[in-house]
Amino acid sequence: MGLEQKLGNLGVVTTTLEQAVNWGRTGSMWPMLFGLACCAIEMISTIGAPQNDLSRFGMELMRASPRQSDLMIVAGRVTRKMAPVLRRLYDQMPDPKWVVAMGDCASCGGIFNNYAIVQGVDEVVPVDVYVAGCPPRPEALIHGLLTLHAKVKQEKLVKWA
Amino acid sequence: MTAQDTQLLEATIDELKHLFSPRAQTGETMVLNMGPQHPSTHGVLRLIVELDGEIIVNAVPDIGYLHTGIEKNMEAKTFTKALVMTDRLDYLNNMGNNLAYCLAVEKLMGVEVPERAQVIRVILAELQRIASHLVWLGTHANDLAVQSMLFYCVRDREYILNIFELIAGQRMMTSFMRPGGLWRDVPAGFEEAVRAFLDYLPARLDDYERLTKNNPIWLDRTKGIGVIDGPTALAMGLTGGSLRGSGVNWDIRKAMPYSGYEQYQFDVPLGSAGDVYDRYWVRMLELRQSLRLVDQALAKLKRLGPGPVITADRKVAPPPRAEIGVSMEALIHHFKFWTEGFPAPAGEVYVATESPRGELGVFLRGNGGPKPHRVHFRTPSFINLQSTSLMSKDHYIADVVAIVGSIDIVLGDVDR
Repeated sequence: MGLEQKLGNLGVVTTTLEQAVNWGRTGSMWPMLFGLACCAIEMISTIGAPQNDLSRFGMELMRASPRQSDLMIVAGRVTRKMAPVLRRLYDQMPDPKWVVAMGDCASCGGIFNNYAIVQGVDEVVPVDVYVAGCPPRPEALIHGLLTLHAKVKQEKLVKWA
Repeated sequence: MTAQDTQLLEATIDELKHLFSPRAQTGETMVLNMGPQHPSTHGVLRLIVELDGEIIVNAVPDIGYLHTGIEKNMEAKTFTKALVMTDRLDYLNNMGNNLAYCLAVEKLMGVEVPERAQVIRVILAELQRIASHLVWLGTHANDLAVQSMLFYCVRDREYILNIFELIAGQRMMTSFMRPGGLWRDVPAGFEEAVRAFLDYLPARLDDYERLTKNNPIWLDRTKGIGVIDGPTALAMGLTGGSLRGSGVNWDIRKAMPYSGYEQYQFDVPLGSAGDVYDRYWVRMLELRQSLRLVDQALAKLKRLGPGPVITADRKVAPPPRAEIGVSMEALIHHFKFWTEGFPAPAGEVYVATESPRGELGVFLRGNGGPKPHRVHFRTPSFINLQSTSLMSKDHYIADVVAIVGSIDIVLGDVDR
């Protein structure tokens, strides 16, 4: 980590507030415990299975309440009945908040181009990272989350001010 | 959407009044929404619970939050291509869904499946049953505050997914079983991988039993909760482990064997009390029976030796890859097979299989064309779910998660 490397014998750290805040945000991002369909099972595998172990990235703590979470992983197909609920959950999350569209259905409707499925969750909420796959393997989801971390580290404080 | 359409979709208070007791309208009881976003509803189930203090007066499931239109979509695809939709029905039982659909197509077309393919199908279906039961055990225990179980069970499920990845290249949505047999033969190393898993799991199952069966909190949370007796369970259409927990001996693999299940030795575990504990215990025993089945099927696979894994009927099976390079006819056949599909005779078939959750039936209607005229899935979760309100009546609100977990619903299976 950049901070430790800059720790000299003087006990002084020089960094920008932006960098320190973004480092903190990526180090303990709390996803919402919220699964829709098949991808949710792979999400459980990503978080729960010791083979994948998402706690390496400080993310193993999933919150069931949107009020306590800052990352929404949309895992699965979003139906027209579920879309308003999903939007409401997103609105209840406190800023700063991010959304990962996990899987083909959440990204673009996937193989279900029909009357029931919203063709991509980006019609309802703003999406930061799309993860491809049907369902994406745990490594793919981890890659998506690390991509999000990289994105968050570039963010300006003024964005959420 | 016009105003008239909106009126059709939205129910008025008067239309919903019958779901609750008159006491709810005077404010004497409280109506509480549980879900669709709730950690213990196993997906996007919404339970509308009417409460008198902490006691449940009535619980009404509201479904449809995951309605995908899979059955309708399948009508627009050829019989072979519609297979990929079945994986996504009940996403914990992908192999079992493939199997049920393939059996229906084979029955409609009158196709015989080679024996080797049948044995591999049994191995895969039973491995899938173990994987599904492990997820059930993990999430059910997680709901009842045995949180470490989830991590253990998901870890063990990864080993099964590794086997599926070995044979099909995909972890969950394999579409490995095809009408007429299998996509391809299992690769080298398959038998060793399954054998290693068979050696690994029993000791783990002992651990899980110790973690739950001897745990006084677990017993308090499960014994005597959500009781349903045998005749009522039958009347409510319960199937699978939820029915056998009430002591009714009904397993499709025994009653109406398919894919050669009659050739294997296995027991049907039964409960007696019909409560959450018995349903849990039946499934724990089923895990062992599935291991027994896989063990026998592996031995049989070894005895059989190499052989074809898809029917020789070229109407249903595509030509082998090796032929396409040397035969113009095979190339044309391959092209026509994947673009046009094969016509199925007019007629209706119904095939029932035992999925990890109960009777998974496929109704298929052909009209002489290459696409199914109607596909309907008799999904076990959908029918099992209706017992929730009966089981949870007069229990505490905290017991609802135990009851919902014990009937093992998957919302993809409920809503389709």
